[in-house]
Amino acid sequence: MGETKEKLYRVHLMVCAGTGCVSNRAFEIKEALEKEIKRRGLENEVKVVTTGCNGFCERGPLMVVQPGNIFYQMLTVKDIPYLVEEHLLKGRPVQKLMYQPPEEKKPVPVLSEINFFKKQVLVALRNRGLIDPEKIEDYIARDGYKALVKALTQMTPEEIIREIQISGLRGRGGAGFPTGLKWQLVRQAISPDGEKYLVCNGDEGDPGAFMDRSILEADPHSVIEGMLIGARAIGATKGFIYVRNEYPLAVKRVLIALDQAREYGLLGHDILGTGFDFDIRVVRGAGAFVCGEETALLASIEGRLGEPRPRPPYPAEKGLWGKPTCINNVETWANVPVIIDRGGKWFASIGTATSKGTKVFSLVGKINNTGLVEVPMGITLREIIYDIGGGIPGGKKFKAVQTGGPSGGCIPAELIDLPIDYESLTQAGSMMGSGGMVVMDEDTCMVDVARYFLSFTQDESCGKCTPCREGTKAMLDILTRITEGKGTEEDLILLEELAHTVKEASLCGLGKTAPNPVLTTLRYFRDEYIAHIRDKKCPAHVCRQLNVYTIDPQICLEKGHGCDVCRRNCASEAILGAKGEAHRIDQSKCIKCGVCYDVCNFGAVKVE
Amino acid sequence: MPKLTIEELEKLREEARKTTFIRGQGEFRAKINVHMGTCGLAAGARNILNAFLREIEKRGLTDILLTTSGCAGLCSREPMATIEIAGQAPVKYVDLTEKKAQEIFEKHILGGEIVTAYALGIGSEKTDL
Repeated sequence: MGETKEKLYRVHLMVCAGTGCVSNRAFEIKEALEKEIKRRGLENEVKVVTTGCNGFCERGPLMVVQPGNIFYQMLTVKDIPYLVEEHLLKGRPVQKLMYQPPEEKKPVPVLSEINFFKKQVLVALRNRGLIDPEKIEDYIARDGYKALVKALTQMTPEEIIREIQISGLRGRGGAGFPTGLKWQLVRQAISPDGEKYLVCNGDEGDPGAFMDRSILEADPHSVIEGMLIGARAIGATKGFIYVRNEYPLAVKRVLIALDQAREYGLLGHDILGTGFDFDIRVVRGAGAFVCGEETALLASIEGRLGEPRPRPPYPAEKGLWGKPTCINNVETWANVPVIIDRGGKWFASIGTATSKGTKVFSLVGKINNTGLVEVPMGITLREIIYDIGGGIPGGKKFKAVQTGGPSGGCIPAELIDLPIDYESLTQAGSMMGSGGMVVMDEDTCMVDVARYFLSFTQDESCGKCTPCREGTKAMLDILTRITEGKGTEEDLILLEELAHTVKEASLCGLGKTAPNPVLTTLRYFRDEYIAHIRDKKCPAHVCRQLNVYTIDPQICLEKGHGCDVCRRNCASEAILGAKGEAHRIDQSKCIKCGVCYDVCNFGAVKVE
Repeated sequence: MPKLTIEELEKLREEARKTTFIRGQGEFRAKINVHMGTCGLAAGARNILNAFLREIEKRGLTDILLTTSGCAGLCSREPMATIEIAGQAPVKYVDLTEKKAQEIFEKHILGGEIVTAYALGIGSEKTDL
């Protein structure tokens, strides 16, 4: 136990130190706060605490004042002296540093009353903003390791598995396999030497997704405790947390947490004096997307090339070094302690008939409130995008949302009232995936989106099986041709055929899902493909090769007085006209770079 | 660093709660609000605030909320504090000293008995006690 007794402060300033806020200089804010608190002689009354990701990344750097739950946002170092004087010295919360929703006239001081937070239900993120991830005592104070005690002293392994089955928890990594069933299979599997392993999959590679990173950064002990309970249930003695090396903060905080847990005897030999042994090692991934696939991940832990292998045998039967291995995603593990603590029935009371509990999503793209959200299963896309996400910036029209990462699908605006669960997303041609959610507005070209995501999966294809290696390449070639205006209608037929073949014949999940963005955009946005092919036009004006730039001579002369800015910026000398005259574009020389469009201050350059 | 037994883990949890409870949005049985306007500060509100803080800490209590607010409007009677026991009307205390704060803490907050000698009034804007 701590050598020096922790003091009681009247105020804790909970400064967000997730990766988003850190890159917005949260640590400079922390330093400034500490300096100012000292200068004002408040160091015995006010304490600065760094927490994991608060979720409202769009508004970082963030700070919450406790008690009171007062939410401050977009802080700068120069705001700090005023903030400390007003709020901490004189007890007057500072309105101008609070969040003000665009449609409201007054700021909303209390965090729980802000729309972004209101509809969220925190289970996996239960300690969000309330603990310092580098202090095990903070986790313990919030009922941490209570479920472990229960699992070790009051429950048999079978009872733990039963509780997880009652909860209806399904894998949060994407496939949605029932967790309790997986545990049971590993428990029943026979190991040649009795050894079984446990793996936490933190190889989060989806562009725009940061659920796992945030959990590992904000609450590493929740994952460790979940794994301890899992180890007890299936009879494992060793565990591995596989985390990307590109997540330095997550790696650092997990390592600190493991050390602390070992020091307290919560990991290692004879845990809490109960005779139970278990320890965890961190394995850093080198950033290959395919390593998120479980068999490739296992190969990578064993020190081999990260390539998938055919299943069966499933890892539950033959995993790490040929022994039964239980692999679950970060978020799945983080849910386990709450289920054991509060009961499977409680967890199952949240969500829909087939998808229980909550899901963490990273909400990104063309959305006002970018960030990390945890919502009950069954919530509609509309609630996530408009109520929590605050809608689309600039009053633009919502067009589609891409769920499930690069191998998920695009769900069109017509389906905005779709309740989110595993089944409904699959039916719509997409998938839950690990929880990336990329919002797109009317300025997004769906053909270009399909091309972008496919270029990612094509790039990340490990090359082991032909359908994925060659198929994604052929599909990408066709998509590129279409975006350049060289596509034919036969291409569409071939594209669809290829997509189905790759989906069916690929070895692992990467190939099996890579065609999803293509298939869903073909299903919901076929007219955009047709426009590119037949009319050689990109309706969203994204595919530049299809754009035709012209200058409206009247606007150019009357508003801009022939300002000449476009001509001076044109690298290919395609713009004709002298200063003071109306300018025009020589289409034979134009390379469609769009610079003239970007630099014209008068809106005289038109694009079609 | 000793390895914990289950009892020690529970003790550690209890200890850790005593300093982190202020972050929670849990139930508080009493709320102390020290008025910290310029007038209050000049009259020594910070000392009053700290006196209450030390009383809570001394006893390891985790269900008493200590907050601050601006000027209460009666500058001549500062330092002032408003005590609100859950479910009861708030009581305003005036002309506080650290000693009075301790007494109020013991009698009113812990004992449930209003210290009428130091009280300005019960409820808001009522001064005829």
